[in-house]
Amino acid sequence: MSDDHIDEESGIATTGHEWDGIRELDNPMPRWWLWVFYASIVWSIGYWVLMPAWPALPGMQGHTTGVVGNSERVNVAADLDALQSSRADSFAELESASGYDVIEADPVLFRFALAAGESAFGNFCATCHGAGAQGFVGYPNLNDDVWLWGGSFDAIRTTIRYGIRSDHPDTHFSQMPAFGADGLLSREDVRHVRDYVLSLSGNAGFEAAALNAGGEIFASQCATCHGDNGTGDVSQGAPDLTDAIWLYGGSAEQVEASIWRGPFGVMPAWEGRLDDPTITALATYVYSLGGGEIAPANNGAGGE
Amino acid sequence: MSTAPNRESAAPGIRQHRVEAVNDASRRKLYKKREPIYPQLVQGKFRLAKWVFLLLSLGAYYFIPFLRWDRGPSAPDQAVLIDFEGHRFYFFFIEIWPQEIYFVSGLLIMAALALFLVTALFGRVWCGYACPQTVWTDLFIAVERMFEGDRNKRIKLDRARWSFNKAWRKTGKHIVWLFIAAATGGAWILYFHDAYDTLSHFFTGGSPLSAYLFFGILTFMTYTLAGTMREQVCTYMCPWPRIQAAMTDRDALNVAYRVDRGEPRGAHKKNDSWDGRGDCIDCKACVVACPMGIDIRNGSQLECIQCALCIDACDDIMLKVDRPTGLITYDTDVNIDRRIEGKKPVYRFLRPRVLVYAISLVIVSSVMLFGLTSRAHLDVNVTRDRNPNFVTLSDGSVRNGYTLKVINRTHDVLEYSITIDGPDGLNWRILGQNEARGLIVDVPAGRTQDFRIFLTVPRSAITAANQPVTFTVSPQGSDETLSADTVFLSGGSR
Repeated sequence: MSDDHIDEESGIATTGHEWDGIRELDNPMPRWWLWVFYASIVWSIGYWVLMPAWPALPGMQGHTTGVVGNSERVNVAADLDALQSSRADSFAELESASGYDVIEADPVLFRFALAAGESAFGNFCATCHGAGAQGFVGYPNLNDDVWLWGGSFDAIRTTIRYGIRSDHPDTHFSQMPAFGADGLLSREDVRHVRDYVLSLSGNAGFEAAALNAGGEIFASQCATCHGDNGTGDVSQGAPDLTDAIWLYGGSAEQVEASIWRGPFGVMPAWEGRLDDPTITALATYVYSLGGGEIAPANNGAGGE
Repeated sequence: MSTAPNRESAAPGIRQHRVEAVNDASRRKLYKKREPIYPQLVQGKFRLAKWVFLLLSLGAYYFIPFLRWDRGPSAPDQAVLIDFEGHRFYFFFIEIWPQEIYFVSGLLIMAALALFLVTALFGRVWCGYACPQTVWTDLFIAVERMFEGDRNKRIKLDRARWSFNKAWRKTGKHIVWLFIAAATGGAWILYFHDAYDTLSHFFTGGSPLSAYLFFGILTFMTYTLAGTMREQVCTYMCPWPRIQAAMTDRDALNVAYRVDRGEPRGAHKKNDSWDGRGDCIDCKACVVACPMGIDIRNGSQLECIQCALCIDACDDIMLKVDRPTGLITYDTDVNIDRRIEGKKPVYRFLRPRVLVYAISLVIVSSVMLFGLTSRAHLDVNVTRDRNPNFVTLSDGSVRNGYTLKVINRTHDVLEYSITIDGPDGLNWRILGQNEARGLIVDVPAGRTQDFRIFLTVPRSAITAANQPVTFTVSPQGSDETLSADTVFLSGGSR
């Protein structure tokens, strides 16, 4: 360095750079700082030996695993196991709970069941029923008060366990004929039945002749399952046709399509795939969504 | 280096360049060896003030965890506690919840502003008196002095060969240092869990791993920083000495040498006249007293932590040679220049930056105080379900789901009555609620409780897609009410 880089006031060399008239004194580093630097190099060598550090060396798969064999993947798995076993007591309690009342009466267990149920619902059920259990056309809304196969806590649990039209021997099963597609009814007959069915839930404006014809066909073809008044039959999963809820849509076209092809909704059986306490937690969660039948009767008027 | 007699030519016809290698080792050193510093004990008012502050601050640090403060059975009774498990910060009557972390931010802002203000007025008093690095270093030097004697004895001991005398003095010093360091690390963990509980478990190995880890870190740091690193921390590691340059100005008080009085310096013989010379007898008492090992007579320097020990050292000497004290004193850069010019000193404490710092500090502390005194013991808010937004039931009525959060910051279980205002014919249901209790709910002490509430409105009462709903919560037997507004969605009337 030339003498130009000596600061006149202090007599100390500068770095030789200048920024807007500001120069930096080139004071020496303390020696110990250098030792800290060397120590950190030594530390990193030790770290390479002990911990996973380098990507695959030639002729080796994956990466260097390190002498202590630490693996974040294994750690996370162990954490998850620990979490699961820490919840074992709650799951056991859930398994032995005889019914919804017992679960609901214990606030801690109830909260646990709801949380476990919500999480399982997101993993296994939301694909069809939606994240908020709001359902889609063909996939029931679990928030409302319509339950094709029964909406009591036990009925919901049974449905989750064995499924609907699943491959489980105890599954709920029923089948509506494809009246049009299989040639049981003509297109005109199907339309008459459609008008009659729509009239059951208070829709008006249909021709009397069509309603009469439809009514006759309904009595002979449909009433076996849906009942003489069209109010349905939970034991066969036959929907109530007089209410405001339509699983496959309530427009004239949608109702006609349902009669023509005969819906065949399938829900898998979860027994064997989910353990019993998880199924109970799911049933608790679904029941608590607000639509479960025999809802606790502390309804009251609003206001004061 | 060139020794060629002819600077212009190295050999006939070959010019010699005037240049040197930039990394020529003979010219400069890249790394600096640490110079050992052996501060000498001084007596005086600043030394006394520092002893008093040392006792008070370390006493507070070590004993505050043992103070108790009764908060009832549902909360810990430690006066100052950072309770990570319970998600609370307790400070005597103040209790801070996680969602009120801005109080802690406010406290830090206040601390920063106070530091700026003090620095603008009096220089680095934080560094000189209050910084833990200074306080613990002071204590560690006192221990060193106890075992190895004052400056001259320590220098002699360090130069001496190893002997039993040297060995036991050095060993004793390090044992006491380690003990103080361990007490420092030990006291630290008492702030995060009940102090008595921690103490009873700590020595039997029953404390959580994190307690031992932080105990170890703090012990190591105290021992290293205060015992062996000392002035190196302030000079090389701490950012504050760099920041302080922006906080002070020429009107801030600094520990300064009165050049106008001291120079020209020189040894003074008995019966010599003081006329025509400075008061500084160049005894260097100020240098040996300095824990940073610098010479204050060179003016303000970045190494100076302004501990004022050189003032005590110099005053002592001035009294002995029968000259007025205050040759080294708190003074401003402006006055140092004015005195040299023979003008009277002026002190301007009310400067714009001082006012800005002071006003900011007052504003922030007022806002904090207002926030602390006026914050509610209760809080309520409501979230409407968004997925699904609403549910149509089989009879055509519509249901909405809500989550009502009720926060009870008191230390008692509170019973609340909920009032719901909304569309006509509204029906409600609280999930998991015992039917006999109706709209009366309990919230445990110091807890936030969620309530799932379903509201059902008959089709006939639906007049718009969006109808207002208000939840009003009132503790039983109190006039206090809290409301949360939301809406009832229905997709509109048909």
